[in-house]
Amino acid sequence: MIEIELDGKKVDIVEGSMIMHAAEKAGTYIPHFCYHKKLSIAASCRMCLVDVEKMPKPMPACATPVTQGMIVRTKSDKAVKAQKSVMEFLLINHPLDCPICDQGGECQLQDLAVGYGGTDSRYSEEKRVVFHKDVGPLISMEEMSRCIHCTRCVRFGQEIAGVMELGMSHRGEHAEIETFVGQSIDSELSGNMIDICPVGALTSKPFRYSARTWELSRRKSISPHDSTGANLIVQVKNNRVMRVVPFENELVNECWIADRDRFSYEALNGPDRLTAPMLKQGGEWKTVDWKTALEYVSHGLASIKANHGASSLGALVSPHSTLEELYLTGVLVRALGSENIDYRLRNAEFTTLQNGARYLGMPIRGLSTLQCALVVGSNLRKDHPLFALRMRQATRVGCTVNRVNAEAEDWAMPVRNSCLTPSHGWFQALVDVAVAIALAKNIVAPWAGDATDIAKAVASSLLSGERKAVLLGNAAAHHPQASKLLEVSNWIGTQVGASVGYLTEAANTVGAQLAGAMPVKGGLNASQMLSGALKGAILLNTEPEFDSAAGKSAVSAMKKCEMVVTLSPFKANLDISDVLLPIAPFTETPGTFVNAEGRLQSFHAVVKPLGEARPGWKVLRAIADVLKLPGLAYDSSQEVLAKLHVSLDADALGCVSAARLSNECGVSGEAVNVDLKPSVATIYQLDSIVRRASTLQMSADAKASSVQEVSAS
Amino acid sequence: MKAQHILSQFRATGIQTCLHDRHIDPQILAGLNGSNWRLKDYEARGGYQALRKVLGIGGGEAMTQDQVIATVKESALRGRGGAGFPTGLKWSFMPRQFPGQKYLVCNSDEGEPGTCKDRDIMEFNPHIVIEGMAIAAYAMGISVGYNYIHGEIFSTYERFEEALDEARAAGLLGNNILGSSFTFQLHAAHGFGAYICGEETALLESLEGKKGQPRFKPPFPASFGLYGKPTTINNTETFAAVPWILRNGGQAYLECGKPNNGGTKIYSVSGDVELPGNFEVPMGTPFAKVLELAGGVRKGRKLKAVIPGGSSSPILPASIMMACTMDYDSIAKAGSMLGSGAVIVLDDSRCMVKSLQRLSYFYMHESCGQCTPCREGTGWLSRVVDRIENGHGQATDLDLLDSVAEDIQGRTICALGDAAAMPVRAMIKHFRNEFEYHVQHKTCMAAAYD
Repeated sequence: MIEIELDGKKVDIVEGSMIMHAAEKAGTYIPHFCYHKKLSIAASCRMCLVDVEKMPKPMPACATPVTQGMIVRTKSDKAVKAQKSVMEFLLINHPLDCPICDQGGECQLQDLAVGYGGTDSRYSEEKRVVFHKDVGPLISMEEMSRCIHCTRCVRFGQEIAGVMELGMSHRGEHAEIETFVGQSIDSELSGNMIDICPVGALTSKPFRYSARTWELSRRKSISPHDSTGANLIVQVKNNRVMRVVPFENELVNECWIADRDRFSYEALNGPDRLTAPMLKQGGEWKTVDWKTALEYVSHGLASIKANHGASSLGALVSPHSTLEELYLTGVLVRALGSENIDYRLRNAEFTTLQNGARYLGMPIRGLSTLQCALVVGSNLRKDHPLFALRMRQATRVGCTVNRVNAEAEDWAMPVRNSCLTPSHGWFQALVDVAVAIALAKNIVAPWAGDATDIAKAVASSLLSGERKAVLLGNAAAHHPQASKLLEVSNWIGTQVGASVGYLTEAANTVGAQLAGAMPVKGGLNASQMLSGALKGAILLNTEPEFDSAAGKSAVSAMKKCEMVVTLSPFKANLDISDVLLPIAPFTETPGTFVNAEGRLQSFHAVVKPLGEARPGWKVLRAIADVLKLPGLAYDSSQEVLAKLHVSLDADALGCVSAARLSNECGVSGEAVNVDLKPSVATIYQLDSIVRRASTLQMSADAKASSVQEVSAS
Repeated sequence: MKAQHILSQFRATGIQTCLHDRHIDPQILAGLNGSNWRLKDYEARGGYQALRKVLGIGGGEAMTQDQVIATVKESALRGRGGAGFPTGLKWSFMPRQFPGQKYLVCNSDEGEPGTCKDRDIMEFNPHIVIEGMAIAAYAMGISVGYNYIHGEIFSTYERFEEALDEARAAGLLGNNILGSSFTFQLHAAHGFGAYICGEETALLESLEGKKGQPRFKPPFPASFGLYGKPTTINNTETFAAVPWILRNGGQAYLECGKPNNGGTKIYSVSGDVELPGNFEVPMGTPFAKVLELAGGVRKGRKLKAVIPGGSSSPILPASIMMACTMDYDSIAKAGSMLGSGAVIVLDDSRCMVKSLQRLSYFYMHESCGQCTPCREGTGWLSRVVDRIENGHGQATDLDLLDSVAEDIQGRTICALGDAAAMPVRAMIKHFRNEFEYHVQHKTCMAAAYD
């Protein structure tokens, strides 16, 4: 620690820090544009020039290392004069038409110009005009004359997203930010560039000119898509979600979110929303009131139970549903006398849990400091953009990433060793690694395999370093040999001292296990339910055709049911359902998600439910009320959570008790054909919300995956 | 096409910029005739003896690294690229014990308007640079070097490559040079003509294959240079001075200049003189003498002003300049800088507004665009000067120019901002009346150039 004097205040700061860091610590604001705490230092905007004693020139606070006894003045005449001159330079070519700029009101340049800009301009020459660019559906670069060349977007691409899609071409006054030969920006993290752009150069294309920042209410929420549980600020106007931006949480998503988290809100206002209960009568969908719909459902459930027995009823639930919804669905099904409930729609193999729910096996923040990782069966970058982001940061300081995978997808990070083999070969590939580790440690592996060159390379990588992890991806979780993959991974983890965990697919995959959304004591699993074993089905937030391993065959299985009830915010499952009950999406209901690391994150509704839609927990309670079933009589979702909370035993930081989480191997069910390809959703097909996000569906990733699907079928 | 036309006209006059006998005690340009650039010719002039002496080949003990650096320190050799930093001191900053790769880089990206000395050295005496670099590499324990050559003198780059081939074939470069344990690989690289790539950190970026943009300092290249490794960068002429120093001793070199300004310096004299060219003279030679070597002011006109060290150095009026000697300290005392030694002579027919217009346009054009004051300010300066030259100036413009230049100076990542600002401020300081005349009369004070 060294001590410096900043504006007369003593500040202790770690050696090697910059003046900017000391100022942050002391709570002193130094104006800046190019500096961003998560990006490398450019020192190019020169806005943060400060007065350092014994230095003849003003120094950039972001790039000047502190020295013992340094005396810094951020508000002396010398500093302010330098800052004002930089502001003048920035403004000479910047359009001075804030009232018609989409960034107006939330623009760093505008804010700082109030403090450092002049009242009139000394510049009487012609202003620079920069041609607009089309870089795809998400980011608008319509007004590049506003760019101040801070290069935050460029550095974000290079350092955080791992792909340099934007660069500064040309020189001097003609320098401009653009993509290489007019290509589009296709990163799954691209929206963050909108946030970090300090001016109105990069703006959100879907949001553009639809609202002013001061008209928006800001409400916290949690992303319902992948298992990161990214913290969100949902911005609302007139009871409508207008925009989603990240809420900073260093433990979870830092200050980033994936495009999926950011742009999926469009589906919430889309034409596909279900705004009233509907019944199918004579093949025609009719809008009905809640009472009619609930009575129809209750009567249907009761008569199927009476005619075919309770075990012919079952619920297929989405792991993107809230903890409360999942719990109450389980209670409802079980109160009806059935044990048939499952969230594992894409699984091929169904094993019991052993000592707790499957989870990441380590804190999410630990991904940033890994020294070695072995990723099995995952398209890490597209399945878990924010986990990939953290591991990319780790690789920048030497982390070696190895993978066992079917395809050599571009993860936008260095991958040291790739064992590429079709999914049926993953078990053997892992065994080979285990054998190589055994060889190196002079022990005997419990399986027979060859210590191939690549297996040896992976093994030696895993045997070095301290902080390491074996991470099982979505394809490994949905694999026909999932339990064997876990078993070998656990052995490897024990031998090399690595944590072992599942990246876990959805926002509430861990929560679904904790809420009891899987069968115990002889209930049917998702695969059985989807192969025609049910007479009455409840579909919570799921579309079996797209959300399950059964795919199209799920449709014919569902058609065999006497009654299918869909609870969804969307007009989903129209051909297979008999009743549609409109439930609220994550923005319209309170709820809780448990992310991959076991972090319990609750959120409130940010807007009122659309039309006649109601929060899922209320709908489930109402069904139980009509059926006079016990165990669902809660008056708020918080009451439901409180009931669950006792058993989850969450700690002060909001993480579920370690005693409830475990990646130990359980008992596997019936054997499955090992050649079956694991069912994995592509990035913008993960759940029913993102599937309906119109602009995301125009992105390159969405187009690429739809091509894949067409060619596969 | 136009540039080639001018070049061919220039060549047709038979003038070669340095192949004349108007040097004084030359060391680098001595005995050159344009065709004796090959290895055998260089060795006949005593070439590679210094390297042999340093390595202890052919009798005598090898010099230690410290001895080589001490000799260079003693010589008071200062960087010939423009900043005039003591070379021996720079070499001693190199972390010699650093375990990884270290690099030596020669800055031959000679882009400063008016400067053409490095081109002549590499064109007519390339081996002197190779020998100087080899000695420097030995002194700092470096095994790999690059010579980054300006992209607009491509034939010089090809000449240098040829010289490298000769040196490699003769065992003067490569593994175990001349049978010693010293290994040094030297490569030539060429730029593409950007002025900014002459800035040492922009040069490193360019050499790494990136866009040539200066890095902010610290860290300095001595700790974080090429590919992030410790790197020493010197100018071509600096390296070319090294063999003589090692052959004749640091003291002898110092004695041929003046204290703190050792040795000879090549001045590229251009502008309104009868015989423009490169002149190698001892440090401290009076400016009047240099002007005389260049044949005096063209057509017997009166000297008006001189830009003493390349276009970025502040202009000095004739009265001040004629009292100066040509060395770092004297020129600095007069309020300018020796820079790269490009002496641009302006006679009394020259319009200062027009001159500044050309200079300001150059800096606007060459700004890399990275940092705000330079990117925005150079264009602003250029446009205001343009306006004054074209008769649209206002009385307030002179103060505006000075104020904008002041706002750029000292606030940029690299020295290009200073380079753009200094000529403006000096012009207005020394020739304010001409600018005022332009604003008032919308025409030029100086007589039309004939």
